[in-house]
Amino acid sequence: MKLDSKIPSGPLAEKWNKHKFDLKLVNPANKRKFEVLVVGTGLAGASAAASLAELGYQVSCFCYQDSPRRAHSIAAQGGINAAKNYKNDGDSIHRLFYDTIKGGDFRAREANVHRLAEVSLSIIDHCVAQGVPFAREYGGMLDNRSFGGAQVSRTFYARGQTGQQLLLGAYQALSRQVGLGAVKMFPRTEMLELVVVAGHAKGIVVRDMVTGKISSHAGDAVVLATGGYSNVFYLSTNAVGCNVTAAYRAYKKGAAFANPCYTQIHPTCIPVSGDHQSKLTLMSESLRNDGRVWVPKQKGDKRLPHDIAEKDRDYFLERKYPSFGNLAPRDISSRAAKEACDEGRGVGPGGLGVYLDFSDAIKRLGEAKIRERYANLFDMYERITGENAYRMPMRIYPAVHYTMGGLWVDYNLMSTVPGLFVLGEANFSDHGANRLGASALMQGLADGYFVLPYTIGHYFAHDKPARPQAGSAEFREAEAAARTRVQKLLAIQGKRTTRSFHRELGRLVWDKCGMARSEKGLKEALQRIPALRDEFWSNLAITGSGESLNQALEHAGRVADFLEFAELMCLDALTRDESCGGHFRTEHQTEEGEAKRDDEHFSHVAAWEFQGEDGRPLLHKEPLVYEGVHMSQRSYK
Amino acid sequence: MKLTLKVWRQKDGDSRGEFATYQANDINPDMSFLEMLDEVNESLLARGEEPIAFDSDCREGICGACSMVINGLPHGGRKATTACQLHMRLFEDGETVTVEPWRARAFPVVRDLIVDRSGFDRIIQAGGFVSVSTGGAQDANVIPIPKPDAELAMDAAQCIGCGACVAACKNASAMLFVAAKVSHLAILPQGRVEKNRRVLRMVEAMDSEGFGNCTVTGSCEAVCPKEISLNFITRLNQEYAVALLKSTGQSAR
Repeated sequence: MKLDSKIPSGPLAEKWNKHKFDLKLVNPANKRKFEVLVVGTGLAGASAAASLAELGYQVSCFCYQDSPRRAHSIAAQGGINAAKNYKNDGDSIHRLFYDTIKGGDFRAREANVHRLAEVSLSIIDHCVAQGVPFAREYGGMLDNRSFGGAQVSRTFYARGQTGQQLLLGAYQALSRQVGLGAVKMFPRTEMLELVVVAGHAKGIVVRDMVTGKISSHAGDAVVLATGGYSNVFYLSTNAVGCNVTAAYRAYKKGAAFANPCYTQIHPTCIPVSGDHQSKLTLMSESLRNDGRVWVPKQKGDKRLPHDIAEKDRDYFLERKYPSFGNLAPRDISSRAAKEACDEGRGVGPGGLGVYLDFSDAIKRLGEAKIRERYANLFDMYERITGENAYRMPMRIYPAVHYTMGGLWVDYNLMSTVPGLFVLGEANFSDHGANRLGASALMQGLADGYFVLPYTIGHYFAHDKPARPQAGSAEFREAEAAARTRVQKLLAIQGKRTTRSFHRELGRLVWDKCGMARSEKGLKEALQRIPALRDEFWSNLAITGSGESLNQALEHAGRVADFLEFAELMCLDALTRDESCGGHFRTEHQTEEGEAKRDDEHFSHVAAWEFQGEDGRPLLHKEPLVYEGVHMSQRSYK
Repeated sequence: MKLTLKVWRQKDGDSRGEFATYQANDINPDMSFLEMLDEVNESLLARGEEPIAFDSDCREGICGACSMVINGLPHGGRKATTACQLHMRLFEDGETVTVEPWRARAFPVVRDLIVDRSGFDRIIQAGGFVSVSTGGAQDANVIPIPKPDAELAMDAAQCIGCGACVAACKNASAMLFVAAKVSHLAILPQGRVEKNRRVLRMVEAMDSEGFGNCTVTGSCEAVCPKEISLNFITRLNQEYAVALLKSTGQSAR
């Protein structure tokens, strides 16, 4: 395997324009001869499926939910970045590019990030044209707010439901194409295998989640927009159905997996309340615009927040990072909260929480203003905790939220398997070792609306891939493999439920490969994961059959893949013997406890190649070269 | 806490369903209703019985997947709350709780508490969009939109498509769902261009899916987890009337 990033030559700011011209085109009349299979209908998948169908390609689109409108992009709250500079506060494409590279702790691919910043402008224009009801000022112009890791206001939002509104925009565009007959939609359908014929991605094997029928779809290219793998931690802010299966199956068919250890812990989530918990709920980072984060100065101070005088409070983010204060990037804020709790100064049950306090903002702006900005978040907090955050501070704690790692892609978003494109959170490309707030929505839509529609045509026109042969030996083999797997799971007939395995795996990787990682801990995890996996395959309890709707079976299939993937994640974390962004190795920190990079040895993308069930994955390195920025120690002080 | 649950069990769309009774013990008041069902399912699995099938995904009240009638009310009847956000502290120890799927002809049962809501997707496919293709949009700030209009459009746009409105309605009408999308797009200048065509096609699709008629009892508004206002149905009726007048003699297409 050779990693060729295909980064265009020429000055950074001109690469994408030049590349667009250099890309070969497919004649409009010929586009309908190509069929594209799009898996996933979040921002990246829905926008790609709609845009490709608009161009004239035949598209089949798959999602595991009952409707494409339910993909988890819908839950993104805070906003979407774009370098519009509507606020006249000094924003520019270069600044958005720079902030994203720096926020990612200099571990992202520069050319991709610059392109992302460039197309951010078109995304906002297009979404407004679709009827996305962004927040407006009284003059009728679009409103912006600021977000972590940036000193300009460039975040566009629709109350606390920006992801919902952007996804509905993409869903509506997709629905229009379904209505026109240009997209065939397959909801409640889960991808189980990738089909590779003569080295090219030519199809997928899917399971109809209602009838249990396993079947194949053939196409000229496959697009995976299947999101991230946060649910390997069991508890995360992802939807309970989010999984790594599609990406991991592609990895096993030859797609390199890049930087799996880069996971993002979000600082503002509602703390865990007990063992029954099935997921964690995020409170948008936008709350940090007006909320102040603090813990008591004294260890074990059990007084109610109102009773703790100003002088006895430690506003630790403002103290440690005076220039960014409560808006320090996510990885830094999360670790600072963890440190405060580790010191015994955490609040709430189990001492795993810090306060996010709005009383100053309410005094300054009035409750009505705060209500206008965040009412839905405050309501959600109240429903979950039973507490009123207008009267007392919220309690928050970090939780796994996003995964920067993903399948390796080149500049054209193509993986190491020709014809397999990977978009959005499922790829690795744009966020380096830490993603800035309001950048995930930007990347998903950039990939789907404005990158893939150009680059996929080049693959068809330049590579001239052979027509797919449905029913060929490769398809039959892949289908048989998927069937065998389902039967194997059902045949175990053991005693332990999938959930109990998932919970144990989650706790293990959270402890050993979560906010802080060490060589010792990772080695221990690498010992324990295979043992847990063996127990899973010998003692799993599922009821029912494969020929009907069977949610226990669906969950088991996903957890089976998490149990393998977790090992790859820990291996990557162990191999990356430095700290960077969200990957914090306790052995590598500055005197002030910040992540200490080792640019000499680790300024590369780590891309892992599958080497068979018993082989150790093979590491390939894509060196990261920076032309437009100077690599520096991140400082938000 | 302990509860007695009466849960609708139905193998598939062709089978007869019936209520089954389960005991839910050791309920923590901080659990969500779905987490309580998760625990019941764990105990069913441990006994070798098939777990209760229900839809859920985000579990934070925004994806619209969860869909169950709890004690006769869609999502359990707490104001502005989906089933996944309904917490057990609102129930009384020892209570008997009935759990059923959405009941509507246009939402056939798939299994247990899962219904087929693809009719909603087909209504959107008929016209619930702005016909703009990717590329070529003008700068986002070229058309100023008055803040109150943007806010009103957002009030309508936040519909999560869960179908509680249909489940609550004695006629199983989808008017609130359709009204929300028609209003969202008709209020904004970008959507106004094709508003007549849109409303005619969406209403036609709604009728052909087998949803019932609206008699404005307001039960939909009462159970809507996003508190979509009944006023949008008034707006839908206006939009529809205008579109019908303008299209007299022409096909909706």
